Amino acid sequence: MNTKVTIAGVELKNPVMTASGTFGSGEEYSEFVDLNRLGAVVTKGVADVPWPGNPTPRIAEVYGGMLNAIGLQNPGVEVFCERDLPFLKKYDTKVIVNVCGHSPEEYLRVVERLASEDVDMLEINISCPNVNANFLSFGQDPACVESLTSQIKKVAGQPIIMKLTPNVTDITEVAKAAEAGGADAVSLINTLTGMKIDVNKRTFVLANKTGGMSGPAVKPVAVRMVYQTAQAVKIPVIGMGGITTAEDALEFILAGATAVSVGTANFFQPDATVEIVKEIERYLEENKIQDIKELIGAVR
Amino acid sequence: MSDKTMESCKIVSQERIGTDIYSMWLQTSQIAKNASPGQFVSVYCRDGSRLLPRPISICEIDRQRDQLRLVYRVAGKGTKEFSRLHPGVALRVMGPLGNGFPLKEAQDKKVLLVGGGIGIPPMLETAKQLDTRKVLVMGYRDELFLDQELKRYGTLYIATEDGSEGTRGNVLDAIRENELHPEVIFACGPTPMLRALKEYAQEKQIPCWISMEERMACGIGACLGCVCQSKEMDSHSHVHNKRICKDGPVFLSTEVEI
Repeated sequence: MNTKVTIAGVELKNPVMTASGTFGSGEEYSEFVDLNRLGAVVTKGVADVPWPGNPTPRIAEVYGGMLNAIGLQNPGVEVFCERDLPFLKKYDTKVIVNVCGHSPEEYLRVVERLASEDVDMLEINISCPNVNANFLSFGQDPACVESLTSQIKKVAGQPIIMKLTPNVTDITEVAKAAEAGGADAVSLINTLTGMKIDVNKRTFVLANKTGGMSGPAVKPVAVRMVYQTAQAVKIPVIGMGGITTAEDALEFILAGATAVSVGTANFFQPDATVEIVKEIERYLEENKIQDIKELIGAVR
Repeated sequence: MSDKTMESCKIVSQERIGTDIYSMWLQTSQIAKNASPGQFVSVYCRDGSRLLPRPISICEIDRQRDQLRLVYRVAGKGTKEFSRLHPGVALRVMGPLGNGFPLKEAQDKKVLLVGGGIGIPPMLETAKQLDTRKVLVMGYRDELFLDQELKRYGTLYIATEDGSEGTRGNVLDAIRENELHPEVIFACGPTPMLRALKEYAQEKQIPCWISMEERMACGIGACLGCVCQSKEMDSHSHVHNKRICKDGPVFLSTEVEI
């Protein structure tokens, strides 16, 4: 039985990865999960310098999901390379560094800095709903996405995955733009912009007013977008959005995802990633499927 | 290896001890053994539409029976769900989480334990485990809870907003009225109370340890949801944001901006 999948020449032992921002750089979860069992760890967004993030409250629960407005708090690429990367390199798993920035220059600085590091892939976050609202349009504008992708591609030392926002009219337009810019893969979906109001206090629950919605409730939207995107581009698609069980993960794979990321589930089931790996293996065995690749995009 | 575990814990008892205040004993296998006063646990709802754990402070620890007591207020749908569960039902619990009160810092000192509202429960186990001169000041809106139990571990002064019991006013009023002169303070309660205690401690030049609260998601320091502003650069992100769940919830008052 084969569970290996390949993205841009990088072979993952299985298609299960962590979703950026839900797993730190793995250290906190390593108490609950054997990181060696994961296809890849996708780190929290890393910027060129430390970012303080947004004011609190940053978290709100909604029916079947949650809103977050962390605002990409992170220690910056230097601390990441000195502290977090050596930690991750102790494990037999692929390391995908999520890169964030406020401007093309900031992204490029991080990508250049990481070019010589022992990192397997980069995931470029052009879709966080919780940073500078003017900049949000970046990931929503196909022309901007194509231009940024090609600029990054020129300096990147690793394959690049463009992480797409679902907050657009047609996600395939943005996915095609990323492909045209030279992206090696796309990942989707980032969170859906949402809002929650406290009717007793008559105020926004989140200090940032809006936040990104994630969790099981967004999964059908994500599966649909992964399906559409997989039909529209030739590069691999990494699927995410509410994955909690192996069944969820398999839905994404059948819809066309080569790999999947587990995000919000980590918060309520810290060992969700490894459980999903085990259950996928069982599914393959029970259904006598020799190679998981047979399932990728099998539902058309 | 950390001492925190995720367990399915059967409810041993569930009792309403005040308006919207419930006391629940849980049977753990490791959590109680590893817990110390001032730490908290993440309690998960059984209803799958409510994903995030409810962080609840530890009120009492029974190491011999390996049981934990949580005293919590029904503040929303999740805690309402907990309050309706009967003994025998199991809840998923992760813990113990965070850093508790540094009991050593109070050794041979006159310690003042301050609790306000739903910040009162963690002071019970703290009082129990502190083997030093201690005075307790608890602030209630009106209705008292846990007061009889707290009394066993030290002189208890009460402040009520309506003056129905003890000092009319807040915990600071009670501290001043009773001329308490602590050498160290441990406190848990609403932010305005903690802010006032921080100022009081500064004025008296004594250390004051406060337990903070914020909305959380992971509970273990990964998601960066529950930060508070810190005076010094934090170790995680190298900004000024300490994680309440992991670096706290107990901080030295001078460490944090409140």
